[in-house]
Amino acid sequence: MTALVLEKVAITRNGQSAPLFPPLDLSVPAGKVATVMGPSGIGKSTLLDFIAGLLGPDWTASGRVILAGRDLAGVPPESRRVGLVFQEAGLFPHLSVGENLAFGLSGDTKGRAARRAAVEMALSSAGLAGFYGRDPASLSGGQRARAALMRTLLSKPAALLLDEPFSRLDQSLRTEIRQFVFEHVRAAEIPALLVTHDPEDGAAAGGALLNI
Amino acid sequence: MIRRREGFGLRLLVLLTVLFALVLPILAGLAQTAAVAFGYLPAAGQKTFGLAPFRQLLSMPGARSALTSMVVAGCGATALSLAMALAVVAEAHRHRGAALLSRLAAPLLAAPHAAMAIGLAFVVAPSGWIARLCSPWLTGWTLPPDLPFVHDPWGLALMLGLAAKEMPFFLLVILTSLTQFPAERQMAAARSMGYGRAHVWLWVLGPQIYRLIRLPVYVVLVFSLSVVDMSLVLGPSNPPTLPVGVMRWLLSPEIRLLFPGAAGALAITLVAAMVVGLWMMSERIVAAAGRAWVCRGSRGHAEALVQAGFAASGALVFAMAFLSLLSLLIWSFAKQWRFPDALPRVWSFDGWQMSGATWTGPLLTSLALGLLTVILSLVLAIAWLEAEDRALLPRARWAEALIYLPLLVPQISLLYGLQILALRVGISGGIGAVVWVQAIYVFPYMMIALSDPWRALDRRLLQMAALLGAGPWRRLFRVRLPCLLQPIMTAAAIGFSVSAAQYLPTLFLGEGRVATLTTEAVALSSGADRRIAATYGLLQTLLPLMGYGLAFAVPWLMFRNRRALSGATA
Repeated sequence: MTALVLEKVAITRNGQSAPLFPPLDLSVPAGKVATVMGPSGIGKSTLLDFIAGLLGPDWTASGRVILAGRDLAGVPPESRRVGLVFQEAGLFPHLSVGENLAFGLSGDTKGRAARRAAVEMALSSAGLAGFYGRDPASLSGGQRARAALMRTLLSKPAALLLDEPFSRLDQSLRTEIRQFVFEHVRAAEIPALLVTHDPEDGAAAGGALLNI
Repeated sequence: MIRRREGFGLRLLVLLTVLFALVLPILAGLAQTAAVAFGYLPAAGQKTFGLAPFRQLLSMPGARSALTSMVVAGCGATALSLAMALAVVAEAHRHRGAALLSRLAAPLLAAPHAAMAIGLAFVVAPSGWIARLCSPWLTGWTLPPDLPFVHDPWGLALMLGLAAKEMPFFLLVILTSLTQFPAERQMAAARSMGYGRAHVWLWVLGPQIYRLIRLPVYVVLVFSLSVVDMSLVLGPSNPPTLPVGVMRWLLSPEIRLLFPGAAGALAITLVAAMVVGLWMMSERIVAAAGRAWVCRGSRGHAEALVQAGFAASGALVFAMAFLSLLSLLIWSFAKQWRFPDALPRVWSFDGWQMSGATWTGPLLTSLALGLLTVILSLVLAIAWLEAEDRALLPRARWAEALIYLPLLVPQISLLYGLQILALRVGISGGIGAVVWVQAIYVFPYMMIALSDPWRALDRRLLQMAALLGAGPWRRLFRVRLPCLLQPIMTAAAIGFSVSAAQYLPTLFLGEGRVATLTTEAVALSSGADRRIAATYGLLQTLLPLMGYGLAFAVPWLMFRNRRALSGATA
């Protein structure tokens, strides 16, 4: 029941007749990374925005998104328990690296000391031990990507969306971060959906592969 | 989609607040002024409408020349300030000095009109600094000459004073507008076709800049036409400009003067509307002439000469404005400064001590008024922007017009009516009424200052926060507002300086009982003791400057370890 299921999902830009891609059906079981491949500009990010509840008013979508048995129609983004990681990392510039993670950390972890410990543990598991007070702007691209993923995982999402999270990293770093992300998805036992235009990403993900 | 209605309650609350606190009072105030202008004032036993007040107005001595000097000074100052600002920006761009220019303009923008006027009077008066520096070696004067250098009947000193405030304002809006279209590339393209820089500024960039800054131009035009505080200090005195005359009649204890006063107040609005209309028509004429000229493809030097002339005048106005503020400083520490000495012979703290017992009260009042109006306006501005954002709607044209409305109505036309209404409600003369009326003028400026940075914030940050489980309020307080601390502080500083500069609103709604640095400075400007007037003018300038200092220091202190927000990149 923890799967992420898309049923006949189609998204149309207002004023256009044809949807971005033919209706999409997909089921991602927990612990697996499914991949949606397609050239840039086809609407892969728009698909993720729809699943996360972030679709702007210029779009009309049809079809259903079901996460862990719950239909997400009309649910605001903050209540969907869908995590999103994208290429710009999106760390909050006014908070330190550790505070960024603490912002994400789910409310289930209570008490100052316990929360701090959870953040420190997440940091060290991402190879960022001692980075709590660092300015996000001072991090390298790879460090930023890892911090952003840890922040999302700490919020205990029920599904993870990955929007070309590796495309800005250089070749050697890309393999390393890819492995890091996929390992954490498996450990968290949640379904993940990766959109990319890089065939290598899809091959490494190892799950279902869909071309649009 | 369903999310369109999100934030509906907040939107309704903001709309009702704006309607009942800003829009309706403005309309009701204008209507009330108009009623008295047509002779209807039950409190004075006048219950019929008629044109008698307007006939009275026209028969007042000097009414026509008061109207002429108002229109000439207002239009002249606006047009010349605009031309000088464009020429100065063009010149600064050539020397890569745009950043320096905006830093130079900031203190002039912070200085209230009244303070600038007092300082300028010290500089250009027959006994002023310029005359002292040139005497007696050049002029032969050993006594101040009897020449109308200020309060001149042509309004030249008033125009200079207005330009000293308006040129820096135009400089900043022009510099901002330049970031909104590819000016550099157009410049390069046009120059490669053989056109000189000045030609490109005037005929290629100028029209595009003007389209972006039209509303601020109209605001400045209406303000210049109806200005009172600066006109009291620098403008023609016998007769004064129409707004000054109208203010005197409306504040006079003689009830029969209220009628021509109200008629004059209404006439100022009508004249301002006509002038703006004519201005818009001349925009078209200039545009048509410009197109015809551009199509001739002339690559002459006329534009370069015109630009050089205006840039030089602009530099002169800049220098005069800085001299004015400096003269406030010097006079406030002068003990004995006889004509024609270039500097005081004896210095002292007398100016500060003599007025010390009296300036602390107005200083605290100005400070409290500024803080209260800024906080109220900021809360409303943030609520407005957040409501707009949650609805995922761009700003409607009527909403933009609503923001500019208070700035496009001459203050005096509105304030008399508002005063009557406030009397009827029983809030006139209190600090609450003054806070409210100042907020009417502070809110638009803060809204204008905050709108662009608000929209420019990366949407992804807020979406990220939502996906991490943060609801709309947590997103606002934990992500949006901290990330926007710097523009929020800047908007607050602008709002504070607007509040500190308010003269007429404080005078009318405070019924003369609320004494601020500005009302006192204007009152003292005609007094005999320049040292005390200088002290007030200087305090009046320092207060908003401190606001700008805080706006710079607070984000820097809070985010000095955050490279993206410490002000280095923003």
